Amino acid sequence: MLLSLREVTKTYPGAETAVLRGVSLALEAGGMLALTGESGSGKSTLLHLIGGLDTADSGSVAIDGTDLTPLDDPGRARLRRGTVGVIFQQFNLIPSLTVAANIAFQARLAGRHDAAHAQALAQRLGLAGHLDKYPEQLSGGQQQRVAIARTLAPRPRLVLADEPTGNLDEATADTVFALLCELVAETGAGLILVTHSERLAARMRRRMHLSAGQLT
Amino acid sequence: MNRVILAALLSHWWRNPLQLFTLLAGLALGTALWSGVQAINAEARASYDAAAGALGEGNLAQITALPGGVIAQQTYVALRRAGWNVSPVIEGKLGAVRLIGIEPLTAPRGTGPGPLPDGADLGAFLSGNGQVFARAETLARLPDTGAEPVVTPEIAPNTAITDIGLAQRLLNRPDQIDRLLVLPDQPLTRRPLAEVAPDLVETAPQGGSDVARLTDSFHLNLTAFGLLSFAVGLFIVHGAIGLAFEQRRTMVRTLRALGAPLRRLIGLMALELAALALVAGLLGVALGYLVAAALLPDVAATLRGLYGAEVSGQLALRPVWWLSGLAMALAGTAVAGGGALWALVRMPLLASAQPRAWAMARHQRGQALLALALLCVAAALALWGQGLRAGFAMLGALLIGGALALPPLLAGLLRRAEARAQAPLAQWFWADTRQQLPGLALALMALLLAMAANVGVSTMVSSFRLTFTGFLDQRLASELYVSATDPAQARAIVAVAEGQAQAVLPIVLVERTVAGLPAEVFGARDHATYRENWRFLQAIPDVWDALARAEGVLINEQLSRRAGLGLDDTVEIAPGLALPVLGIYGDYGNPVGQVIVTEALFQRAFPQVTPLRFGLRLDPAQVGAMQAALRDRAGVPDTAMIDQAAIKALSLAVFERTFTVTAALNVLTLAVAGFALLMSLLTLAAMRLPQLAPVWALGVSRRRLAALDLARAVVLAALTGVLALPLGLALAWALLAVVNVEAFGWRLPMYLFPGDYLRLGGLALLAAALAALWPAWQLSRMPPARLLGVFRHER
Repeated sequence: MLLSLREVTKTYPGAETAVLRGVSLALEAGGMLALTGESGSGKSTLLHLIGGLDTADSGSVAIDGTDLTPLDDPGRARLRRGTVGVIFQQFNLIPSLTVAANIAFQARLAGRHDAAHAQALAQRLGLAGHLDKYPEQLSGGQQQRVAIARTLAPRPRLVLADEPTGNLDEATADTVFALLCELVAETGAGLILVTHSERLAARMRRRMHLSAGQLT
Repeated sequence: MNRVILAALLSHWWRNPLQLFTLLAGLALGTALWSGVQAINAEARASYDAAAGALGEGNLAQITALPGGVIAQQTYVALRRAGWNVSPVIEGKLGAVRLIGIEPLTAPRGTGPGPLPDGADLGAFLSGNGQVFARAETLARLPDTGAEPVVTPEIAPNTAITDIGLAQRLLNRPDQIDRLLVLPDQPLTRRPLAEVAPDLVETAPQGGSDVARLTDSFHLNLTAFGLLSFAVGLFIVHGAIGLAFEQRRTMVRTLRALGAPLRRLIGLMALELAALALVAGLLGVALGYLVAAALLPDVAATLRGLYGAEVSGQLALRPVWWLSGLAMALAGTAVAGGGALWALVRMPLLASAQPRAWAMARHQRGQALLALALLCVAAALALWGQGLRAGFAMLGALLIGGALALPPLLAGLLRRAEARAQAPLAQWFWADTRQQLPGLALALMALLLAMAANVGVSTMVSSFRLTFTGFLDQRLASELYVSATDPAQARAIVAVAEGQAQAVLPIVLVERTVAGLPAEVFGARDHATYRENWRFLQAIPDVWDALARAEGVLINEQLSRRAGLGLDDTVEIAPGLALPVLGIYGDYGNPVGQVIVTEALFQRAFPQVTPLRFGLRLDPAQVGAMQAALRDRAGVPDTAMIDQAAIKALSLAVFERTFTVTAALNVLTLAVAGFALLMSLLTLAAMRLPQLAPVWALGVSRRRLAALDLARAVVLAALTGVLALPLGLALAWALLAVVNVEAFGWRLPMYLFPGDYLRLGGLALLAAALAALWPAWQLSRMPPARLLGVFRHER
């Protein structure tokens, strides 16, 4: 099992109710899951817990059999570098690095840089003509494609996408979504995609709905 | 992984060269002024040490003749025969060079030129035409001596050392000795000094160079100025680092999200800062060398004029100052960047990564309270503090407190202006200015410090000048001053002068320990010159009459303050001769205590001292004729006669050199502050597009917006200038009434110079306008597409 969540709960300090209440979830290698839910339902929180960006109050999160609960900060950082790739709604590119450097960045950080692979990703994502540009010189759709290439360059086992098309128009969103699914499928990685769009969620093999901190 | 993270971190500077330039330039400028001042201090101290080493000053007891007398060669021989382990020294001026004659066989180790250098030997030193040791530049100034010149860099500036026999011949003082150095090891069997040479006195070692002690305060003042300049530089660095770190918050969050460990990230950022600090520090030290090289000749002239201290006008690369410059750059960066790094350590991984408006108001209330507390500390130290350190602590608290109080005060003023504004654009102008205030606060604080320092230091220096010129008019009342080489020539001078001058006023003094402190005791003739010109700080009624009746003494302010002496307190000027204080007079520029008694009393107390200097009162038109008569009939050389105008010109020239140094430091500090403002405005210009674009979209032209930006900088500088004035005057008061009194022992009256302050204010406004010109020009020519970009989600 690639990902296994058991009875995960999370309450933010000062909040009266838990944002996640006993969430359990499993995802096999190569599995693709769309996670939907209203704003504030806990979708992003769940993604952050899986990605080792935050810690659960109780329950367990395991990736490839490794329990994340006892990991300290450096341990979780190691997990983010090598095993998990996160795509953010706001792209979160490094503005001072070129497109090429941004794509190669995480792979180099993980010690798995493969220039040919990065070049191929750039080619597939239509970025070949923009490699020397800086993020601010690209459109939103292009920036998100750079973020996807960066995430896939180190060949992660699990890709977490937090509303990756939320800032894009419908046509661009469709293109980016299709490319993401295609490339993830080619690498054999798992994919959890958080989205508000019913239309996009419907195109995923499996979908779950999060409501009031619980999966349905 | 380190290389990847470091490359990402450094790419920020690559993409933001202006920030990098601001950081490096701010630190380099601050370090330059600090290390420049340190270089000057190090050079001066090395010169004092060399002088003290060459003369055996401070560490050895000495035997000297009573005032007016000399030691005969035979007396020296008699002392040696009586068992005294002493070494003779003669000293005099040969041209402009100070020539010291020693006897190498008896001179203690560590004095003189030390071990004879290569190419010279004892035989050559003693025999034939002999040898003269000095620095190369001193040898070049030395008249032809016939001796072999030997370049010796270790010898004090403007000093030459040779064998005593040759020195006696060159100085035309055969068989004369000025003093005898008493070596540490003396046979117990030697006969008492009073028995062998009753007209000689032995003085104990003083444990340090007189000159070094006297000039300590001067160097302390220079150091304080250097530190202030460095603090202004640190404001720039703090601003640049703060901005860079705020802008990189997003990057740090992304790096962490991508798996970069926090500790390593912080470590690498610290390393990055240290490397930048090192580069800036090296640049600063190089610039500091140039600053020191430019200022050293003026400082040397000041030290020579004020204290008679010889300081080399040439600069050497001494590790003590360039290492301290680098250390200051690193420490300053640690102080400026420590807070930013700590904020990143505490930043939660999932915190909003939007740059928290670097320019946002931060703890303004806390800052106002801290400012108030520091100003209270300054007030408490002013009232109850003791000593020079307390004085400088008060200055520090005053300046930092004043700087911290600036943003809250400006915010209050702008809030009032906003409330009173009627037109919508005016309302926006004041509101926008207030919103920008936190972003400009550091630069404005730097400007405030620079302006306050300018007001304070120039008030002090100008008050000093005004007081001192008035004081010179009082004290240098005689039209001509003449010095004799011996009592016979003194008698000849009196004989010539008494026929032609209105009055001949002998200047006779003896150095004594008074109230436990080194002091000079003067014997003054009862004459209208003193009665009409001297001004007292405190005196009994009819003080001159009481002095003439030998009912007491006059003392200078230095002695009064240091010994805690007031009117009617008793002073012992000679064994068994204690008299009350009748008056206390201001004695500006004199480092030692002074006591004045009547001429008759002086002669009774010190009968062996004969006057060798005289002040002559005569018609100014007769000065030339009197000089000619003294030259022809008493054999007085021109160099032994100084007319009043020449002394005043010399004294004022010394002051002008001092002003050159302070004026240069003032201008440099103001330039650094202007630079800080420019960098802040340039940085803000890019960040404030979201605030400007809506106003532009609503119909205010780019040119109008640019003009408002220019006006904003000038208004802020003007308000800062208005607030800097009271701070600067408080600084001047602290320097005059606290630091000066502690350092020099006398208090100067404080004068105000409104014209100077207005000129300084004009300069500050000009600096602000110049700083704002470039960003405003950029705004006026900004393509509309950039402003429109603010309204698009995708950029």
